[in-house]
Amino acid sequence: MSHDPKHAAPTAAHHGGPHAGEHAHPDGWTYVKVGAILTIITIIEVWAYYIPALVASPFFNPSLLIMSAVKFAIVVMFYMHLKYDHKLFRVLFTGPLIIAMGTIVALLFLFHQLSVKF
Amino acid sequence: MSSHADTAHHHYTTTGLEHRKLAIWAFIGSECMLFASLISTYLIYKGRSIVGPFPHTEWVNEAGQVFKPILDIPVTSASTFVLLMSSLAMVLALQAVQLKDTPLPAGANWWTRIQRSSQTWLLATALLGMTFLGFQAYEFTSFVHEGLTIKTNLFGSTFFTLTGFHGAHVTAGVLWLFTLLWIDRTRGLGPKDELIVDIAALYWHFVDVVWIAIFTLVYLIQ
Repeated sequence: MSHDPKHAAPTAAHHGGPHAGEHAHPDGWTYVKVGAILTIITIIEVWAYYIPALVASPFFNPSLLIMSAVKFAIVVMFYMHLKYDHKLFRVLFTGPLIIAMGTIVALLFLFHQLSVKF
Repeated sequence: MSSHADTAHHHYTTTGLEHRKLAIWAFIGSECMLFASLISTYLIYKGRSIVGPFPHTEWVNEAGQVFKPILDIPVTSASTFVLLMSSLAMVLALQAVQLKDTPLPAGANWWTRIQRSSQTWLLATALLGMTFLGFQAYEFTSFVHEGLTIKTNLFGSTFFTLTGFHGAHVTAGVLWLFTLLWIDRTRGLGPKDELIVDIAALYWHFVDVVWIAIFTLVYLIQ
């Protein structure tokens, strides 16, 4: 399985427009490696689910959320090319995403699924 | 000259960005809000069902009938893997379209050759999407047979609504992919069609990232 950098997709500024400020996308082998990383993280998540000592640990839920966030970010950055695209696309995605996550957290506090103890 | 032709073919906004690409990102942003509302509804009602079956714990009804934890993690893990691989196939389909007019290097190996086959990757993505839907149909059917419907309890209502909406999005994506595949088979997709494949790919990857969140929040966190 060869890896030829010359085969990187020549997409710079194709459909982002003449002033898009895009960079060339990675090559196919990079996408395969990203897929392997996503699979490994998923295996770790499922493995952790079957270890009772881990499930009982207070770090279980936060670590699952972190692993999920890492997978989310990897797909968005590499497969959705947000890492390489114009920053306006990043704003269009991360803006609503931050509002959406803030809404979820606010609702969980409002309905007492989350609480802060002083 | 070629730059002018390119500008005439695409539809740029005053930002210099293609308006269809701006539109799909704005649409994806709005979809974030939709799924946030569905996920927060699920999380708010999590653990508040009065009667079972429950997702992670056993339940015994008044008749002494025992209901096992209803979520089938091995099956859902497999379907998660399938959806992740469909995202890989989709990004390779986009790359194949981008590279369609680039001549193959002399002595190109099988990987280089298959990388150029957009039909292969589009078909693979669609089939993996259909496999995911098959897993979901199996899961829904087995839940109903085990006594969990959308009307049974709060878990059933929020679970079927959330995962059902996601499944509907996957179904729309599969139809979209088969449309692209049909176009590719009839007239061929090339670099000039990169944008329409990119837009479909962005939608498909978004459906994938939503499932990444659902898999953790619904299936793994107890």
